[in-house]
Amino acid sequence: MRIKAEDVEKLALMSRLELTEEEKAAYTESLNASLDYMHSLTKLVTDTVEPAVHVLPMVNVFREDRVEIGLDHKQALANAPEAEAGSFKVPRIV
Amino acid sequence: MQLYTLTVHQLSELMAQKKISSVELINAYLERSSKIEHKIQAFITHTKEEALAQARIVDAKRMQGEELSPLAGIPVAINDNICTAGLKTTCASNILNSYIPPADATVVTRLKNAGSILIGKTNMDEFGMGSSTEYSAFTPTKNPYALEAVPGGSSGGSAAAVAAGEAAFALGSDTAGDIRQPAAFCGVLGLKPTYGYVPRTGLISYASSLDQIGPLARDITDLALILNAILGHDPKDSTSATVDVPDFKAGLVNDVKGLRIGLPKEYMEAGVEGKVAAKIQEAVKQLEDMGAICVEVSLPHTEYAVAAHYIISCAEASSNLARYDGVRYGLRVEAEDVLSMFMQTRSQGFGDEVKRRVLLGTHVLSSASYDEYYTQALKVRTLNKQDFDQVWTQVDCLLTPASLTTAFKIGEKAQDALAMYLSNFCTIPVNLAGLPALTLPFGLADGMPVGLQLIARHFDEQTLLRVGYSLEQNTDQTSLKPDLDRE
Repeated sequence: MRIKAEDVEKLALMSRLELTEEEKAAYTESLNASLDYMHSLTKLVTDTVEPAVHVLPMVNVFREDRVEIGLDHKQALANAPEAEAGSFKVPRIV
Repeated sequence: MQLYTLTVHQLSELMAQKKISSVELINAYLERSSKIEHKIQAFITHTKEEALAQARIVDAKRMQGEELSPLAGIPVAINDNICTAGLKTTCASNILNSYIPPADATVVTRLKNAGSILIGKTNMDEFGMGSSTEYSAFTPTKNPYALEAVPGGSSGGSAAAVAAGEAAFALGSDTAGDIRQPAAFCGVLGLKPTYGYVPRTGLISYASSLDQIGPLARDITDLALILNAILGHDPKDSTSATVDVPDFKAGLVNDVKGLRIGLPKEYMEAGVEGKVAAKIQEAVKQLEDMGAICVEVSLPHTEYAVAAHYIISCAEASSNLARYDGVRYGLRVEAEDVLSMFMQTRSQGFGDEVKRRVLLGTHVLSSASYDEYYTQALKVRTLNKQDFDQVWTQVDCLLTPASLTTAFKIGEKAQDALAMYLSNFCTIPVNLAGLPALTLPFGLADGMPVGLQLIARHFDEQTLLRVGYSLEQNTDQTSLKPDLDRE
């Protein structure tokens, strides 16, 4: 199933990306090339095959519930583009 | 004697015998870099002063007679997607170009505990998404064997640094062959351990079910020493395996007598270049002469591995890269409202290929496409794993080309994303199955290194090292050096 420029526009919004008209056209073409290639998988009959989620048989990984020293406030905020009063600051939401 | 051409264990011995100090060694590497780095561009960040300071500490410990690890005082390069506390870690992306991690990755902690000297952070394809380092947001790295050729990728800076004598060894990360293919292109050794054997704590995520950290080095003994230092469980990584780590160095044997080595026909029928195929045949003959039993085997779903991997890696990337939103770290492009801030930050911060994979991943995970692409890819992942399970009943390891071609030219595939992805044809099935694999050089073809790939069962790195060590001890094809002093 090939995608169109308006599909790319929707994907971009979901991916939180802003694309120019030129980029939309270029991505439409290149995404379709990749999807055509990926589509080759549908040749395989897989009705009875279980999807692989993990490559190793690991389940229920637990650890001791122990208090450990993590990052302090200052370290956690050190890379923030904007911080105020010990918090990450973002543009107004509501 | 050029210190920058020696192996880790040779350098370690020289330091143990007090013939050289770590400070002298670091200075030798810094001098080497000052002469050739402008040609290779393997590094994003160099750590000159800090490296010398650390080397002085190691030298002082040695003078006091402290027992030191074989990796102590040795200069190591770390791929720039592995976090280093207080040192810029960019993933070769504009979105992280001033990111300073608050903590070391577990592997970095382990190397520092062993006394290794971090000499710099190496270039890569942005977030690991590429096979040539051409998708670095900063600069492409050049192949030390031919400056017009790519070093491979995504860990191309690490491979080029080890090949060119700018680091004694390096750590890279491997999602689709990102350690093994550049190691092969640059004539060094690269090993992707079993998924889960090396903790990923502090590795910046691209595709978490496929990513694995591993070493690039100049011989098998060095790989064994590095594995001894970095493998083993880490409670901070819930996918990290609780499996014992043997002493890989002590376990090295020069003997393949009776070992059964499978030659998967699908790899040789996939359009491998004639000169590469000839070298593979030569390696097979060598192994047979040494007593190994080489037999043709089949992995029937090989041709579907790239498509399945492509879907899974993009899906995981689209989710992993959602964290770059201009709030907690990285670039922020200021805007009136929060949605515009997110969108402009990500649009300006990510390169074209990263955006492409995020869009593709979002598409294959969307409700209309989920079953057609994503679920089907996971089922093919099962078939891929079953193929390997089947051959392990017949053979102990597999031998394939590391790549269908030698290093391609800069610009040859950069505009064709699918061709770029397909250049990992030989390495991708291993990531899907979580298996360990080693690539090692096996001579040159038209002046460019050819790589062999060995694949073994989960947690059987020892068999990889055994075959590699035997080849290394019995031929002169696995130890290559580029001539960078030519004009």
